[in-house]
Amino acid sequence: MGKATREAYGEALKELGGRYKDIIVLDADLSKSTKTNVFAKAYPDRFFNVGIAEQNLIGTAAGLAAAGKIPFVSTFAMFATGRAYEQVRNSVGYPHLNVKICATHAGLTVGEDGATHQAIEDIGLMRAIPGMTVIVPADATETHQAVAWAAEYKGPVYIRLGRMAVPDVFGESYAFAPGKAALLAEGADLTIIACGVMVAPARRAADELTQAGLTARVLNMPTIKPIDSAAIIKAARDTGAVVTCEEHTVIGGLGSAVAEVLVENVPVPMERVGILDTFGESGTPDALLAKYSLTVADIVRAAKRVVERKS
Amino acid sequence: MSTQLTPEKTAELAKRATAVRKNILEMVTAAKSGHPGGSLSAADILVTLYFAVMRVDPHAPADPERDRFVLSKGHAAPVLYATLAERGFLPHSELTTLRQVDSRLQGHPDMKGVPGVDMSTGSLGQGLSAANGMALAGRVDGKDWRVYALLGDGELEEGQVWEAAMFAAHYKLDNLTAFVDYNGLQIDGPVSEVMSPLPIPEKWRAFGWHVLEIDGHDYNAIYGAIETAKTVKGKPTMIVATTVKGKGVCSMEGVADWHGKAPSTDECAKFLAELCG
Repeated sequence: MGKATREAYGEALKELGGRYKDIIVLDADLSKSTKTNVFAKAYPDRFFNVGIAEQNLIGTAAGLAAAGKIPFVSTFAMFATGRAYEQVRNSVGYPHLNVKICATHAGLTVGEDGATHQAIEDIGLMRAIPGMTVIVPADATETHQAVAWAAEYKGPVYIRLGRMAVPDVFGESYAFAPGKAALLAEGADLTIIACGVMVAPARRAADELTQAGLTARVLNMPTIKPIDSAAIIKAARDTGAVVTCEEHTVIGGLGSAVAEVLVENVPVPMERVGILDTFGESGTPDALLAKYSLTVADIVRAAKRVVERKS
Repeated sequence: MSTQLTPEKTAELAKRATAVRKNILEMVTAAKSGHPGGSLSAADILVTLYFAVMRVDPHAPADPERDRFVLSKGHAAPVLYATLAERGFLPHSELTTLRQVDSRLQGHPDMKGVPGVDMSTGSLGQGLSAANGMALAGRVDGKDWRVYALLGDGELEEGQVWEAAMFAAHYKLDNLTAFVDYNGLQIDGPVSEVMSPLPIPEKWRAFGWHVLEIDGHDYNAIYGAIETAKTVKGKPTMIVATTVKGKGVCSMEGVADWHGKAPSTDECAKFLAELCG
């Protein structure tokens, strides 16, 4: 097991703080959980806790960006994208300000805190804002690189991070490319497209499918917006079927983004593995992933279904 | 530092304010929609800021060393555009494109398109947070430029305002000076009846701000309060400016209905004749 993407975020921020003197980090009383405390220890003069006040968190970041700073703001995904949605839209998105929203504890894998703290619609909310870049890293390496890219890029970025430790998917040679899918495995019968914590299970599902005589192309899709349309279209043409996997409601997230591309370009059979329009609940992350059909076995079943639909 | 304007400067501000009010009426009338009441009430504050206080240069609207202004009550966009035009940031001829398709002059201010607009605002309650961020940026870099913000009294009903109020005091943003345009009226009626934000000065004091109470149509009072705010250390300053909604146009003064309604062409002609100066 590797580390949680939030851990990698904290480390990346600290490293970038040395390189970019204009980085300012804001948090809303969750710095120990979001790991911005790592930056705060290294650069106390450039870290500001706004308290439990997420609307002001986003608005203050907008003002910092308007004055030339590179603000990174963190809290749980629920509050960054839900509580402060309209601040993100109107104070950051509309003026296209250079604010980096790095939200942790996204998805069901928040675990025991339950439904009130499990953001399962944040990708959809952020994706709907014009000009917003949306990134869902799969592991520590990808997180580190995505955060570094965001520091360099001028414009609003949403990076979705998780609470629990996830397996390392990528080696040191991996190079995150914004807006590009990464090929993890080649196959001919279908393509599995995944993001975030679902990337590792997607790869294992592809391995299991070989026992059923099926080979799957596996694409990691870290950038949900702008989505890599070319990779999706090519996958559909080459393999004729697609399964998406995300720790997010099937409404508005990766599955929706992929479906939009497919329907308008290469309508092929597609299945979405995701949360089926319901709220989560308390439980361990693994118990929740099992209950809400986000396991390797669920991906395998979806793959078999979609291949059957090809003919 | 004098906290008094010269008689010549006071006369100039009065003249500028009349021109701004005339433009507000004409642009809102041409647009057939908009918010004249709260634009007119804030005209004297904006004119004082832009003609007697703020370090801004219409030829370098994005100068990093400039003072910033955030119109948190973004629906008063007409007074901001008219003041910016008067100060040379925009051609006067553009003002009547307000709220029309393809115009830079959006119904609420858009910082991307308009020179001199320092923040996009309009959804109430968000501007003070942005002003906080700007003031914080200036502080971190040890800059001497200052940040000004203007809030509506009805706007104080938004919860985010008080999040921002806490933050500015907590971080001792003494390079931030804000105004409440206390005209007493919001769309549905008197603020005290719709959802009372009163008492306003006491609330800001309790949140840790230095508070000054002035007549928001008295140029010397506005100027003096701003100059006093510059000397206050360790606290942001809130200037609670008592104003009259629709100020300067007798038929509009104190009438809540003129919050968000445009005059007809005939009414505009009548109102222009009522403007003094």
